[in-house]
Amino acid sequence: MADVTTAQPTRHGVALAKWLPRLEAVVIPLGALIAGLAVFSVFLAVLGKSPVDFYALIYKAGFSSAFSWQNTLSRVSPLLFAGLCVALPARLGLVVIGGEGAIALGGLAAAVAGLAFAWAPSFLGFIAMGVAAMIIGGAWIGAVGWLRIRRGVNETIASLLMAYIAIALMNHWVEGLFRDPASLNKPSTAPLPEHLRIGDMPVGIDVHWGFFFGLLACLLAWILTDRTTTGFAARIAGDNIRAAEVQGLPVGRLVIGFTALGGAAAGLAGFFEVAAIHGSANGSLIVGYGYTGILVAFLARHNPLAIIPVAILLAGFEASSGLVQRRMDLPDATILVMEGIVFVTILLSETLYGRIAIFKPGFWRADA
Amino acid sequence: MSTDIGMWGVPLAILGGAIRVSTPFLFVSIGECLTERSGRINLGLEGTLVFGAMSGYAIAFETGSPWAGVLAAALAGAVFGLFHGWICKFKGVNDVAIGIALMLLGMGLAFFFGKPYIQPVAPDLPAIPLGWWSDIPQVQAALQVNALFIIGAALAVAMAWMFRSTKIGLTIRVVGDSTDAARAIGLNPNTVRLLSTAAGGALAGVGGAYLSLYYPGSWNEGVSSGQGLMAVALVIFARWNPIYCFWAALLFGGAGALGPALQSVGVTSGYYLFFAAPYVLTLALLIFTSSPDKAMDGAPGELSLNK
Repeated sequence: MADVTTAQPTRHGVALAKWLPRLEAVVIPLGALIAGLAVFSVFLAVLGKSPVDFYALIYKAGFSSAFSWQNTLSRVSPLLFAGLCVALPARLGLVVIGGEGAIALGGLAAAVAGLAFAWAPSFLGFIAMGVAAMIIGGAWIGAVGWLRIRRGVNETIASLLMAYIAIALMNHWVEGLFRDPASLNKPSTAPLPEHLRIGDMPVGIDVHWGFFFGLLACLLAWILTDRTTTGFAARIAGDNIRAAEVQGLPVGRLVIGFTALGGAAAGLAGFFEVAAIHGSANGSLIVGYGYTGILVAFLARHNPLAIIPVAILLAGFEASSGLVQRRMDLPDATILVMEGIVFVTILLSETLYGRIAIFKPGFWRADA
Repeated sequence: MSTDIGMWGVPLAILGGAIRVSTPFLFVSIGECLTERSGRINLGLEGTLVFGAMSGYAIAFETGSPWAGVLAAALAGAVFGLFHGWICKFKGVNDVAIGIALMLLGMGLAFFFGKPYIQPVAPDLPAIPLGWWSDIPQVQAALQVNALFIIGAALAVAMAWMFRSTKIGLTIRVVGDSTDAARAIGLNPNTVRLLSTAAGGALAGVGGAYLSLYYPGSWNEGVSSGQGLMAVALVIFARWNPIYCFWAALLFGGAGALGPALQSVGVTSGYYLFFAAPYVLTLALLIFTSSPDKAMDGAPGELSLNK
């Protein structure tokens, strides 16, 4: 017996030290999400609306049937990409919130490249469009990283200002240089040729390929951040930039690289919106995906793999928004209020890390 | 009767526009200046501005008094500020991220409760005709100055005096420069920051009420186009000095008035680009005034903005 009690704590200790932080990283955000939804329930109840009906409708419209899943999954793609645009720079401790601008310019670049490559076979055309979107989006957000490194410009403010500038540029070009004269009421670029439209995946429900590539991008981003030395270096730089510089890490290149990758992801969101949904670039690109992406990334705590379930959840909320409005007579900003409340509770929960006894190995050792 | 003054209309319209457009910048930036001097940054003032615009409009419509609307907007802004200040008290909570969350929440709540007020017409804030000495209508139009602009200018002067010469100002500056030093002399940094953020929020709320009650003078979901955020950048450019905030606000107002001024004389091409002028100007000034290696002159020591 004595042997067992002395030998076990070490083996258990290792496993506990490994798994407890992981458990903590799942339980706390999940708890914060539930707490946020509970606070929102109180908000609804105070207004005399039934929270039970509300969540039942969200489940019904977003997650209950093949049709509702199709409705949800078809909205996930831009949220995955927009989430990456926030999460990748966040690994370096940067808060970049201007993904909306990279989506707008990426979408425009894809539309223009598609028209320029209208003669090309599909696969070549898609590559040209995707690359154009990634280059423009990457350059746009990469410039934010560059300004941060070279001039010490605050990246949060710069990225949002650049989002406004990007949207103005897109509107300017869509109404001028690249305008299709046939688009009367809603200025747009000329429609893409049929063979450069992205179709649905052969999976039985109508979900376009953007979903697949969004998942792939999250997986690749996760490999980069969690399984490579570059990702490790980025995390060190994110914890302490001075220490990373002292250790000789290429902080400047990391910052520019990660912001550019984030921007490239946002550019792809624009590409898929144009090629799979709208068929041309126009004002419909500006619907706030970039801003929802901020919430996605923070909810996922900037872990690229966690972005996937979070994006699906939020896409479900947004997919059900229309039904909720009609059935419960609520304004369309209802989902925005819910997202705002959840965002606050998630950030508030950051204070709990390392403070809950059951997530400390010592708690279990003392017990044994 | 209108007098033809040709292209002179452009600078005149920009001057008048600068005064009109700058007021929300002025209120948000001196509010943010106060908050940042205490060592916190509140990026959520865009949300506060929009909520202030909605609540100010709604209360002005319900009571028939635009000044009641301004008061309501200030109170709502103070509540947002208190909320921000209270959350940031917790260890490990990032004030920049909380600001972004409150920006989304403020806009969400404003759109939610503001839906019924998009149609009705609320009374406007009165303007003071400072152009009475001229009989050129364009000059008179340019010098229709709203009372809030004058109040804001006076507040900027008062705040500069407060920072320089009063005990309250000194307290805020100490807390902003060093949490440890503040604690050592018996101040409670969290309380000082809570109150500074609340007061800053109230000022941003008033800026919002100006948007909906004077210029453009109606409530809708596009009432603000990032003025709250630009004002935060403007504080950096103004080196955390309320008087500089006033001049910077005028400059930004002028940039914002450029597009409409050119449009009024028939220049319509490149409308979107002129519309983007304030953002480009803000970014250019940020790039120009930031520095990669040293903390900026006048920056409060505890501000997380420059790390």
